Amino acid sequence: MAKALHRLANPARFLRIAAPLLPWTAAGAAACIGAGLWFGLVDSPPDYQQGDAARIMYVHVPAAWNALAGYAGLALASAVALVWRHPLALVAARCIAPIGACFTVIALATGSLWGHPMWGTWWVWDARLTSVVILLFLYLGYMALIHAFDEQETGERAATVLALIGAVNLPVIKFSVDWWNTLHQPASILRMDGPSIDPAMLLPLFLMAGGFTLLFVCLIIIRMQTELARRRVLALRRAALAMPQASDA
Amino acid sequence: MPELNAFLAMGGYGVYVWSAYAVTGLVLGLLVLASLRARQSMRASLEEAELTSPRRRAR
Repeated sequence: MAKALHRLANPARFLRIAAPLLPWTAAGAAACIGAGLWFGLVDSPPDYQQGDAARIMYVHVPAAWNALAGYAGLALASAVALVWRHPLALVAARCIAPIGACFTVIALATGSLWGHPMWGTWWVWDARLTSVVILLFLYLGYMALIHAFDEQETGERAATVLALIGAVNLPVIKFSVDWWNTLHQPASILRMDGPSIDPAMLLPLFLMAGGFTLLFVCLIIIRMQTELARRRVLALRRAALAMPQASDA
Repeated sequence: MPELNAFLAMGGYGVYVWSAYAVTGLVLGLLVLASLRARQSMRASLEEAELTSPRRRAR
């Protein structure tokens, strides 16, 4: 009984906390992205080597960071769901996956649009690019698995295991530019000796990164509200089926 | 308007830069729209299910 209450109380508490948070994260995301677009496209210098093509960085890099952070969140939520059987963690993981997949698609598409003028090719199968394609397939695989079984719990368990195994790919992506020869440039922000790019380029980069992250949080909340509502609808329908005569009254 | 043209040209990389921003805007815009629509329709279903439910919501 205590466990049942625990299961009920947590989603309810989450909804109470998340609902007032939503407008703030949405407004923050809009403000950060708006300012980031201004500084990124208008009020920042072109790169001394790449010219204005470097402005693709302000969407490419934040999208890639969010694709990676999203997967870390998916793996973490899956671990919590597996170890503590926390129902909300499973809901969170399920809601993170499609958002992370979208950011991965953006990172791949904008990277390709950046690669063509700089490297002379839309695509190469090198370590960084290939490991990010694998990241996309991990996201899509998670989404497919969770819906692949009639029994919801079976799909959730399979998807959770996939999410945890796939976490191996995260350090591979991060260090792929150091471990293998690749066309992709090495890290210029997250490096031991500090960022190696101009402060005027860091500002729009961090604004866009913050904006994308807030948007990610915002979307997680919206999708978790939807998923919790869906579960409640299912529970109510099941209860109505169990008591048909009462529902007629 | 030479300034606007220069801005749009992006030093010759206009096609790449604007395509990258357009793809980003399109994907994120559709994701936000789909998420909001799904929530709206699920909340409508929930309202309906609660109205017809024998077990009224305990407040």
